[in-house]
Amino acid sequence: MAISGTKDKSPASSPALIGSSGDSMRETFGVTLTQLAERYPNVVVLDADVAGGTGAHHFRKAYPERFYQFGISEQNMMSAAGGMASTGLIPVITVFAVFCLRAYEQARLSVAYCNRNVKIVASHPGLDVGPDGGSAQTLEDIAVFRAIPGMTVISPADPIEMELATEAILKFDGPVYMRTGRSPIRRVLADDYKFEIGKGRVLRDGLDVSIVACGVEVARALDAAEMLSKEGISARVVNISTIKPLDVELLVCCAKETGAVVTAEDHNIHGGLGSAVAEALIQNEPCPMEFIGVKDVFGESGEPDELAEKYGLTAPFIVEAVKKVIKRKEAVK
Amino acid sequence: MIKDVNIISDFAKDIRRDALALLFHAGSGHPGGTLSCADIVAYLWKKELTYHGDNWQSKDRNRLILSKGHSVATIYAAAGRSGLIKPEQATSLRKINSFLQGHPHVNDTPWVETSTGSLGQGFSSAIGMALGLRHQNIVSRVYAILGDGELQEGQVWEGAMSAAHFKLDNLCAIVDYNKMQSDDTNENIMGLEPLADKWRSFNWHVQEIDGHDIAAIDNAIKNSKEIIGKPSMIIAHTIKGKGVSFMEGVPAWHGSVAITTEQLMKSLQDLGTESKQLEVYVNGNFWN
Repeated sequence: MAISGTKDKSPASSPALIGSSGDSMRETFGVTLTQLAERYPNVVVLDADVAGGTGAHHFRKAYPERFYQFGISEQNMMSAAGGMASTGLIPVITVFAVFCLRAYEQARLSVAYCNRNVKIVASHPGLDVGPDGGSAQTLEDIAVFRAIPGMTVISPADPIEMELATEAILKFDGPVYMRTGRSPIRRVLADDYKFEIGKGRVLRDGLDVSIVACGVEVARALDAAEMLSKEGISARVVNISTIKPLDVELLVCCAKETGAVVTAEDHNIHGGLGSAVAEALIQNEPCPMEFIGVKDVFGESGEPDELAEKYGLTAPFIVEAVKKVIKRKEAVK
Repeated sequence: MIKDVNIISDFAKDIRRDALALLFHAGSGHPGGTLSCADIVAYLWKKELTYHGDNWQSKDRNRLILSKGHSVATIYAAAGRSGLIKPEQATSLRKINSFLQGHPHVNDTPWVETSTGSLGQGFSSAIGMALGLRHQNIVSRVYAILGDGELQEGQVWEGAMSAAHFKLDNLCAIVDYNKMQSDDTNENIMGLEPLADKWRSFNWHVQEIDGHDIAAIDNAIKNSKEIIGKPSMIIAHTIKGKGVSFMEGVPAWHGSVAITTEQLMKSLQDLGTESKQLEVYVNGNFWN
């Protein structure tokens, strides 16, 4: 029996996958991983039928013999990655962030508890996912993955950092959870940017407040700093792309020098970057803090910028948070 | 083989005695499933595995993954008899600052191959090992022992599909089919039958054996090595608590339970332990 729609397999009849090209972090990741493949011969890529959307399709095309298709079974794939790593391979799991949650306990036991050299690379984090809606928009991943002992958690800010981080996680021996990103994103970092796991970077200096951001919020933090400068407020912008281990030294220094901190992330305000920074500062250099993030609700369908606006993640919201935190700082004085 | 059968049967008896003593000293643990898989572990340990001495970590070693991690005392017993655990650690299972964790942990005892204790995960890890070994053209076999209750985990069937899809003929899974799980029989909790048909329909090579018959285990393992292009499943019909009269077929002995001195003595007698030997189990000197 012929199944309708399966007859014509010519490329001309195939629809283009939305977002499978262009300057998104997931594409940068896929291209970079493929470029690095020869230098890292032990790398194998594991997919759960989403390679077209994670950037892994580049690797699949170039290295089909090193690409393992596990089908739609993330729990099995995650534990199997732990087993593969035990034989000396470096499995790179490429899947949507929300399905990493589905395999969370497998990441905990079969990967992290065994200290396996597995890289979990999660595309489609946050409201940045856009039209797919609340079911896919993962706003909890940083919170839960940073709660696993020994798990390194990274969320690069732009394609430049994504490229550097991709090689850094392959060089690093140990389990890593790294966010990429679905939407095309502008480059905000310098071409000679240096990335190091566990190190934050000051992208713009300032004295009145530190805006500490990760992922897509770094660009919005820089925009906010520019807007604030026009109002005479000097805002420092810090890129904390490694949420764990956290660059506590840099954060303490920023808190000391600016006396107020605003965190910004495309994640639930509970448990993510903001919580990590607060945990560090409350112990070492307490100062007034405000949190930009999704306020403990699920997302919905829409374009990423529309969603960022609706859920309070854009630069004007950061500006307001900065003004509020500065007022609090001055009240303390 | 006759000579080997005796050696393996004796080893299985030692595993049962040691495992019960380990659990007795631990004050908690899972005796029922520990006893039911003892013959399978004894066979694999003696015939297929090389977990002894200093060179056991060779890359092309055969591997055993105890996916039903709660039965780890069986593995510790075999390892203790192979010099992988210091005799004085025999009383440290499940205790603080001990290497002998309540479920297998690869960072503490590397010869367990992977950490298990959350059902289904050891099986998938074994699949990953079989895949990783084949990827690197390393010729060796991976054995995974699963519990029957474990088969209720969805992950197991994800793994079943993938192992057949990847044609992992270097993988042999064995189900310790004692028909009981934590609270009751499989049948009452969540029925598994027709079990062999399930695995066959997932494209596995399936054998059903008496899991306490060493010759049958030998035959099934040898058969599994001849299979090309398919993973092997051995459904081993076993008796929960095998070898100890008051534990056999009683779900309550699944665990976690404490074994009293009296119960240990009775168990050891059931297992044909000589009277003069009883004391070393009670005082924890059974590996000295």
